[in-house]
Amino acid sequence: MGRYVVRRLLQMIPVFVGSTFIIFMMMYALPGDPVRALWGERAPDEAQMNAMRADLGLDDPILQQYWNYLTGLFQGDFGTQIASRREVIDVISEALPATVRLTLLAFVITAVLGIGMGLIAGLRAGGKIDTGILFFTLLLISVPVFVIGYLYQTYFGVKWGWISPTVKDSEDWGELLLPALALASLSLAYVARLTRTSIVENRRADYMRTARAKGLTKSRAVGVHLLRNSLIPVVTFLGVDIGNLMTGAVVTEGIFNIHGLGRAVFEALKSREGATVVGIVSFFIVVYLVVALLVDLLYAVLDPRIRYV
Amino acid sequence: MRGARSAKWVATAIVVALAATACGGSDDGEGGDGGDNTSAGNPDGIVRIDGGEPQNPLVPTNTNEQFGALVVQNVFSKLLDFDDQGQIYMVAAESVEPSEDNGTWTVTLKEGWTFHDGTPVTAQSYVDAWNWAANIDNNQNNSFWFADIVGYEDVHPAEEGAAPTADAMSGLQVVDDLSFTIELTTPVSYYDYKLGYDAFTPLPESFYDDPEAFGEHPVGQGPYEFTAWNHGESIELARYEDYAGEPAKNGGIHIASYDSLEAAYTDLQSGNLDIIRQVAPRDLPLYRQDLGEDHSVAQPYNGIQTIVPVWYEWEDTDPQVLQGVSMAIDRETITQTVLDGSRTPADSFVPPGVFGYQEGASNGITDFNPEEARRLVEAGGGIPGDEITIQYNSDGGHQEWVEAVCNSIIETLDVECVGDAKVDFDTDLEAREANEVQSMYRGGWFADYPLNVNFLKELYHSEAQSNYGRFDNAEVDELFSEGDAAATLEDTAQAYADAEQVLWEEMPAIPLWFNNVNGGWGENVSNVAFNSAGQPVLTEVTVNE
Repeated sequence: MGRYVVRRLLQMIPVFVGSTFIIFMMMYALPGDPVRALWGERAPDEAQMNAMRADLGLDDPILQQYWNYLTGLFQGDFGTQIASRREVIDVISEALPATVRLTLLAFVITAVLGIGMGLIAGLRAGGKIDTGILFFTLLLISVPVFVIGYLYQTYFGVKWGWISPTVKDSEDWGELLLPALALASLSLAYVARLTRTSIVENRRADYMRTARAKGLTKSRAVGVHLLRNSLIPVVTFLGVDIGNLMTGAVVTEGIFNIHGLGRAVFEALKSREGATVVGIVSFFIVVYLVVALLVDLLYAVLDPRIRYV
Repeated sequence: MRGARSAKWVATAIVVALAATACGGSDDGEGGDGGDNTSAGNPDGIVRIDGGEPQNPLVPTNTNEQFGALVVQNVFSKLLDFDDQGQIYMVAAESVEPSEDNGTWTVTLKEGWTFHDGTPVTAQSYVDAWNWAANIDNNQNNSFWFADIVGYEDVHPAEEGAAPTADAMSGLQVVDDLSFTIELTTPVSYYDYKLGYDAFTPLPESFYDDPEAFGEHPVGQGPYEFTAWNHGESIELARYEDYAGEPAKNGGIHIASYDSLEAAYTDLQSGNLDIIRQVAPRDLPLYRQDLGEDHSVAQPYNGIQTIVPVWYEWEDTDPQVLQGVSMAIDRETITQTVLDGSRTPADSFVPPGVFGYQEGASNGITDFNPEEARRLVEAGGGIPGDEITIQYNSDGGHQEWVEAVCNSIIETLDVECVGDAKVDFDTDLEAREANEVQSMYRGGWFADYPLNVNFLKELYHSEAQSNYGRFDNAEVDELFSEGDAAATLEDTAQAYADAEQVLWEEMPAIPLWFNNVNGGWGENVSNVAFNSAGQPVLTEVTVNE
C-alpha cells in the first residue's frame, strides 16, 4: 500500500510537467499578444512595446521561456502578470478560497442529497417516490447550469428578495449556499441515478440474502453491506466530479459574481496572461491527480478484494 | 453558442415577468428623485457603483482601460475638463495659455491644492511626473502622450534597445511654484485639449520612493481619496475633505467588481447597487421600463462605430459605390431592433458631444435610401467582386449588428455580404496591422479629447497610426495640416470640418452610429448624470437616506 502511494505520487511529476508544458504551448499558440493588448485599439508605441517585451523575457525562444517558468515554479515563483504587474501567486491565493468553498459546498450537497435520494429511490424502486425522483433528476440533467443559476437568482434574489442575488462576500459560506446548489444540480442528479441503479442491482445479490438470513437488521444490512458495495461506481464519479465542479464553477461564479478561480482564469485567458492561466490550470491538474489517487485508495477501503501491492 | 443564446431568451422571459412589478415600484419613489436638487440627502452617504478589477497599476499614465480610469478620474483632478459640447473649463489649472504661435503653452495652477498625503501641489509635481512617465525605462502605457513635447526623444528613444540620454524633457520648464511652460516640437492650436487627458496629472513626492506601492494605493489631488483596494472585490474611495475644487456631494464611492453586466444589473434591481454604468445586452430591451425613465439614460457619448473599407482592396473603386453602400444600410431600424436603442444613427464622422461636430454633415449619405443606393453603386461600377466582408472580433458582441448590416446591404444591393469573425480583438487588430483585411473591418473610436481633430486626424491622415484602412488623400492631409497650423481653436475646428466634407466624397469609412450610454440608478441616489465621455459625474451624486 505504501509503495503504491509513493509510486503514484512519483508518477504525478511527469504528468504535471507534461501538462504544464502543453498548456504553456497552447497559450503561446493562441493568437493575440498580451503586450500589444496593453494599447487596445490605438497603435502601440513600438519602442515601449519592445522595451516591455525585453523586460518580461518574452523575447526568448519559447522553450527557454518555458524553462524559466518551470524553474521559477520550483522556486516558488509563479511569475508576474503582464498588465497588472502583480504576482500570479497573489492573484491565485485571493481567488482560491472562494472556489474551494464553493466546490466543497457543492460536493457535500452532491454527495449527501445525491446518495440520499438514490438510496430512497433504489429501495422503493418502481414506487411513486422513485418515479418522482427520476423525473426530478431528469429535469436537473436536462437544464443547463446557467439556466438554473439565473432562475435561482431571479426568483430567490430579485423577485422574492430572500437573499442577495449576487454574492457580496465570496468567502461567506451562507451566501455561497445557493450558488453551490446551482453548481451541484447536475452532479447531484447523476449521483442520485447512479446510486439508485447500483442499489437496485445489489439488492438482490447473494450477500444481501445471506445478511438478512443471518439475522441482521434491515438498516444494518442496507447501511453496511448494500450501501458500501453500491458506492463503488458512485465514488468513482464523485472523485472525477470534484475536478469538474471546480472547473465548472466558471459559469456559476460568473452568474453570482463570486470572485474565484473561474473568473480569474477567464480574465487571464482573455488578456493572454499566460503565467496566470498556466498557474491556475496547473492547480486544477494537481487537484485532479490527488483526487484520482484518493479515489483509488478508497476502493480498497470499500472493497477489500481490491488490493494494491 | 446556441446554448448561450437560448439561455438569453429564457432570461428575457423572466425579466418580462418582472417588468410589471418593477414599474409599480418606481412610480412610488418618483417624488424624491429626478430633477430634485433641493434635498442634499445624506452628505456622508456612500455611492455604490459597478466596476471591475483594474488591469494595470493605478498610475494615471499607465491606465487606459475603463475600470482603472473610473478610479484614476476620481482620485486625480485634471488640469482642465470638457462640458457636453466639448468646450473646455478649468479644474486644477487657473489658466492654460498658448504663446502667439501656439508653440509654447503656459500652465498656471490654482492656489491651495494639496495631495491626499497633505503635500502641496506645485508646478514641479507636474513636470516631474510627466518626465518620469515619458521615460522609456518606466514602461508607461500612455508615455506617447508626451511625444509633442521638446526633448521627448531624449527620454524615450525610438530605436530598439536604446537607453534614454536625459532625465528630463527640455521642453518642460518650471517658472515658479504655480506655473510652468510646455514647449512643443510643432505648434498645435488645440494642445490644451490634449492636456484634458488623464495622463497629464501630477504625482506627489512620495510616488518616486516606491512606484509599485503607489500603483496599489494611488495618492492624488482629486475629490476622492483612495482608501482600499480589495483585489477582485471592490475599491473604496472617500471624499477628500481638503479638496480645493468643488467638493463631492457624497461621502465616498464603493466600486464593486462584477464579472458580468447582468450580475450588476440584478444587484441594481434588488437595491444592492446604486449606479450601473452600462446595461447588458440581455437587459437592454426592458431596462428603461424596469428602472423608469427618470432612473435611466440612453444618450450618445463620444464614441463612433464605423465600417472601414481597406484601401488596398478598394483603391480602384469609385467612392460613389461606398456612398451607395452607406445608403443601403438602414441604421434607424438596426439601432432600434438589433441594438435595442443602445446606439444613435450617425450623421457625421464626429459624435455630437465633440467640438466641431456639425449636425447632418453627411448630407444624406447616412440616410437609408435604397433607390439612390442602387443608382450610386451602379454608376460607380459596382462593388468589387460583388462581395463585401466585414471583419470583426467575435468577443465583443458585434456579430448581431454585423449580420444585420450585411442583410441590409444584401437586400438593397443584391450582393454578397458576410461577417468575417476573428476570435478576439487582438487577432482582429493583428489582421488590420498586417494589411490582411479582406474587404472591410469594424472600426470603433472613442474620444481621447472632445475635438473633431481626434476623430479625423488620428483615423484618416495618411500617416496616422490607427489608419488601418490605409486611406491616403493629399487634399485631406493638406486640410489637416492647415487646421493644425491655424491660429485659433475655431479656425482649427473649421479646417477640420472642411476636411470632413472632403471625407464624405472620398469615403475612407462608413459611419454607422454613435455609442450610447445605457446606464441606470436606484432609489437610493439622486442627481445622477452621465457626461459626454459616457461616465457618471460621481461628485454630484447625492445619497438619499
